[in-house]
Amino acid sequence: MATTPSPIKSSDGKGLSVPKFPKDGPPPITVKNLTMAYGTFVLMKDVNFTVNHGDIFIIMGGSGSGKSTLLRHMLGLIEPAKGEVWYGDFNFTRGEPLEREEMLRHFGVLYQGGALWSSMTLAENVGLPLGEFTDLSEPEILEVASLKLALVGLKGFEGYYPSQISGGMQKRAGLARAIALDPEILFFDEPSAGLDPISSRLLDDLILELRDNLGATIVVVTHELASIFAIGNNSVFLDAESRTVIAQGDPKDLLAHSTDHRVQTFLTRGGEDAEKSARNHG
Amino acid sequence: MQAIKQSQPSGELSFARSDNSTLVVRLSGDWHLRHGLPGPDLVLKQLDTAPKPARLTFDAAGLGDWDSGLLTFLMGVSEICHTRKLPADWSPLPEGVRGLMQLAEAVPEKTGARHEAAHSSFIEQLGREAISFARSLDEFLSFLGEVTLAFARLAVGKARFRRVDLMIVIQDCGANAFGIVTLVTFLVGVILAFEGAVQLQQFGATIFVADLVGIAMTRDMGAMMAAIIMAGRTGAAFAAQLGSMKVTQEIDALTTMGISPLEFLVLPRVTALFLMIPLLCVFADCMGVAGGAFVSVTMLHTSLRSYLIETKHAITLTMFFGGLFKAAVYGIIIAVAGCLRGFQCGNSSSAVGDAATKAVVTGIVYVIVACGIFAFVFNVLGI
Repeated sequence: MATTPSPIKSSDGKGLSVPKFPKDGPPPITVKNLTMAYGTFVLMKDVNFTVNHGDIFIIMGGSGSGKSTLLRHMLGLIEPAKGEVWYGDFNFTRGEPLEREEMLRHFGVLYQGGALWSSMTLAENVGLPLGEFTDLSEPEILEVASLKLALVGLKGFEGYYPSQISGGMQKRAGLARAIALDPEILFFDEPSAGLDPISSRLLDDLILELRDNLGATIVVVTHELASIFAIGNNSVFLDAESRTVIAQGDPKDLLAHSTDHRVQTFLTRGGEDAEKSARNHG
Repeated sequence: MQAIKQSQPSGELSFARSDNSTLVVRLSGDWHLRHGLPGPDLVLKQLDTAPKPARLTFDAAGLGDWDSGLLTFLMGVSEICHTRKLPADWSPLPEGVRGLMQLAEAVPEKTGARHEAAHSSFIEQLGREAISFARSLDEFLSFLGEVTLAFARLAVGKARFRRVDLMIVIQDCGANAFGIVTLVTFLVGVILAFEGAVQLQQFGATIFVADLVGIAMTRDMGAMMAAIIMAGRTGAAFAAQLGSMKVTQEIDALTTMGISPLEFLVLPRVTALFLMIPLLCVFADCMGVAGGAFVSVTMLHTSLRSYLIETKHAITLTMFFGGLFKAAVYGIIIAVAGCLRGFQCGNSSSAVGDAATKAVVTGIVYVIVACGIFAFVFNVLGI
């Protein structure tokens, strides 16, 4: 896929200066002292990390540790109790609503279940952001939507409704919609959840392809060890007990060098021999 | 050794004292869940009987088949031993039972995880309900304000929604609702005519049934009945649709794409209901009058021509347009209530049902409140 600037419109109707996150600029994502809370219950405190250009950054941790909640904070769907999320040199947490809305157009998000709009066909799902934020004509939108669907292996399914395709196909269609505007940052929430091992592996390969060819920075929430080791080159480990980040770095390095038993237990499926695990996951 | 037998619906439980300080719990027969569970209170009773035992053990020699019924009983006994710090010897129990008990006790109960039963007085509950209603009204008015601002943005071309979505909702809450509106409002006309006829017949003034039905339908009942039908039909549907979209993260997907869910989802629904309810109200007025005419012609032997002429004299244009105005306001209330409850929906399938129920209740309550306000204002204005 070409990395030419996307013809996205800003709120004033003019073209955006692209790329939004130049490689010689600040890191595309920085999370500073983030505290996540539901009312008085603090879920996670003092979360700090940086995601660099071209990273496939894994947010991992056990069930209920707040991985998806962290993602929702990063997307502005939940306001943090404390701390900030920065995209490049833009303070997303403190930004004006219109500026935040504009920033969101540089993101693509794949939700757990695909989150396709059920009243629209796959082509309409992929075409909606194109219609909203570009000056493309209807036939052009359909052409681009068909291309995006072809990229995820759904050529010929343009006229299908989400209810007419399988869960794995819905996820791929969700991915096609996420990359509709050639985003610079992609977020994936549990991409492998509910998929068989082969579909899961194919989706991992697709994520790597997107990083390499689209030049995108990718953030993935997952606890699937196979995916973590196959695609991740940077990560944070959230611990539900201490409610903090207890490890950061390349998941393979964490497996090889981390002395924290919680990290080791997680990365070795509860104590499976570390060497065997590393061998299995390459 | 002294033994006491306690027959249980499931298996058999008996107690013995091997010496004065040890209570032996003897388990025999088949312990099946489907035959009922013995409570650990029998053990408790034995522990309180003098001389009080200092330790507890089991005799499972006569134990036959068992399932989680036995396990539940033993967990209760374990809890008692733990509370009383009474040493217990579990080794005589079958290995499988001991293994499952260890599994159940492996992870200690998390502090604060258990929900405490909340008991509150009637006054406290009343207070809570009053606060909840005030909060609900506040949320409704805030949401109405946001919708108004979205319409303002739409007017200056800064907000957009898909025209096809508007057309689908118009079809759903307009043409598709004709059947139910016809049936209900025709019957309302019939009921009004019956009630009026019983009284008016005493004075030989049955022709005034036409006045009664015509005025009631055009002033209030046409708009009100159309609104109540739409609150139950369309308001609930709006809440269920948006609630489902919330559960499946479709609304999140819109938000993170920089598309306002309020503009994209709420504006077409409010617009459609605002446009369609007045039309349904006109139709409801006609069907109500038709119902009244049916009773008058068939039972009171009034001619159809006389009935229609009397109706025409009774109804004024002010009444008619007043009814349409009320209907339009009711339409906005129902659509806003439905969309608000949909957006407030939780993240489970049962929450979608709750949202639909709340949408209907909120819609009907606020329509009735609005009707009361209209009655007062129209009276003051002499309409």
